[in-house]
Amino acid sequence: MWELLFPAVLNGILLGGVYALVALGLTLIYGVLHIVNFAHGTLLMIGMFMVWLLAAKMGIDPYLALPVVTLAMGALGWALYTGLIGPVSRGEDKMLLLATLGVSILFDNGMMVAFSGDTRSIETAHSFSTVDIGPALVPVTKLVSFGFAVVVAGALWAFIALTETGRAIRAVAKEADGARLMGIRPARMYAVAFAVGTACTGAAACLLLPSFYVNPGVGNVFILIAFTIVVLGGMGSFVGAAFGALLVGVIESLGGLFLGESLGPILVPLTFIAVLLFRPNGLFGRS
Amino acid sequence: MKIAGIVALVAIALAPFLSTSQAVANMALLAALAVAGGQAWNIAGGFGGMMSFGHVAFFGVGAYTTAILQTRYGVNPWLTLPIAGAIAAAVGFIISWCCSRAGLQGSYFALVTLAIAEAFRILANSLDFTRGGLGISLDLNLAASNFQFSDKRVFYAVALIVALAATLVCWWITRSRFGARLIAIRENPDAARALGVDVSLTRAGALALSGAVTALTGVIYAQVFLYIDPNIAFGVWRSVDMMLVALVGGSGTIVGPIIGGLVLHLLSEGSRELIDIPGFAPALYGIVLLLIIGLLPGGFARLRHA
Repeated sequence: MWELLFPAVLNGILLGGVYALVALGLTLIYGVLHIVNFAHGTLLMIGMFMVWLLAAKMGIDPYLALPVVTLAMGALGWALYTGLIGPVSRGEDKMLLLATLGVSILFDNGMMVAFSGDTRSIETAHSFSTVDIGPALVPVTKLVSFGFAVVVAGALWAFIALTETGRAIRAVAKEADGARLMGIRPARMYAVAFAVGTACTGAAACLLLPSFYVNPGVGNVFILIAFTIVVLGGMGSFVGAAFGALLVGVIESLGGLFLGESLGPILVPLTFIAVLLFRPNGLFGRS
Repeated sequence: MKIAGIVALVAIALAPFLSTSQAVANMALLAALAVAGGQAWNIAGGFGGMMSFGHVAFFGVGAYTTAILQTRYGVNPWLTLPIAGAIAAAVGFIISWCCSRAGLQGSYFALVTLAIAEAFRILANSLDFTRGGLGISLDLNLAASNFQFSDKRVFYAVALIVALAATLVCWWITRSRFGARLIAIRENPDAARALGVDVSLTRAGALALSGAVTALTGVIYAQVFLYIDPNIAFGVWRSVDMMLVALVGGSGTIVGPIIGGLVLHLLSEGSRELIDIPGFAPALYGIVLLLIIGLLPGGFARLRHA
């Protein structure tokens, strides 16, 4: 039993580390803008295509591409919010939600037109190397990705907790009107939060692609997982999202082990529904 | 003005019967199904303000109910219509009841419905009972008694009746006490509760009605194409389509989803004529949605008030 359980849990945790980056971006956007960003999975997909293009066409290793893709996705997030989502929704919550849905439909299908629905993956020099950890055989790429994820999540935490911009973002998240009186422009912080949240998907894309595939619909695979993590941790909570991500990674991994490949994934939506119905403030939140 | 509009809609609805072309009948059928789906979404999403992102769950329940009852138990397909409607109504009632009890609304409600539809898709994909990813094929047996017609115009007539029934439900909502309660809850749940409206029950009733009508479109779909699988029956994009039809036309109005269904359907057919690349027509849907919320937040139906 241990021989089966240990590798599954370990794999889940490693996967959860990368999920954490996706979810941290989503929870940041939720915490500041108070909207559910339906375009988050789509933006991750765009990032994954960037990584794929760099790797397959120019031979750039996904890990080396991380700074470039993260910055590029951040810029895209900024442009999307200030150029499209912000103006179109005029700050109304329902319209913001629908605007992110519109962006998601447009980009998912736009990428389908540009790249067709084919599924693509990349092979790197280290694609097939593995290491033994106890009874588990772990792909090196997953270990490296987990390490990168911890570093990026730490950098994000430092940005939010220690920098002046991070303070301003937190101020707007708590009390937009009060922040305005202190000379902070909330609209600007919304754009910064959206940009940083989107940049997270860029980093996650670099860490996912060495062991995952990409196609124009791949965002849908991650969006529900990311939402599940965010509600598990409590909407808008950073530490919660980080723990929630590891938990969801393990849940998914154990689902595959005990329920099989095809039924296993059901644990994620079921967890999601159960948390929202019974503990809507998350596992660690006040009920 | 109002009478002229109704006459125009009736003329549009009846025009396809004049043509003997099966291609025209097929287009009309798909447009009528789009209108019926959008109008069904409108019952809960428009008048009740319950932003469902998982309406495909009801469509899939309808399609799978008829397919399973026919292939496993030999039930006549006509009989499966009320059964599918009843099962979907029960599903809708339970979902809405649980969400109301847990205080989930707005984005949270949207997310729960999305997750439920995904759970249904995974179940259909893994159970032997639903034949997993293989899907279910229905035997070809063209006979009116078997709800299969060689002439697509008959299917169009059936879809038209469902679309009309959904529209009548919306009309009834604007006239009845039930509808008044539902709209009051959408505008202000706390105020409605203070006035003695049973919020959970009213919302559950709305989602049950909406789900039942959506399931009927699922049954018709299964009869037309004689095949369903988990991705056809529970794919996210179909939820989005239903929602878009209502939002683009004008959710919470009677005529909105009719306009939305016609506009979006013509757009997708027209764009396919021009550029036939997978994804092109749905990408245009995304642009239309962004334009609508940016320029015409109430949808096309609100144009006449502008």
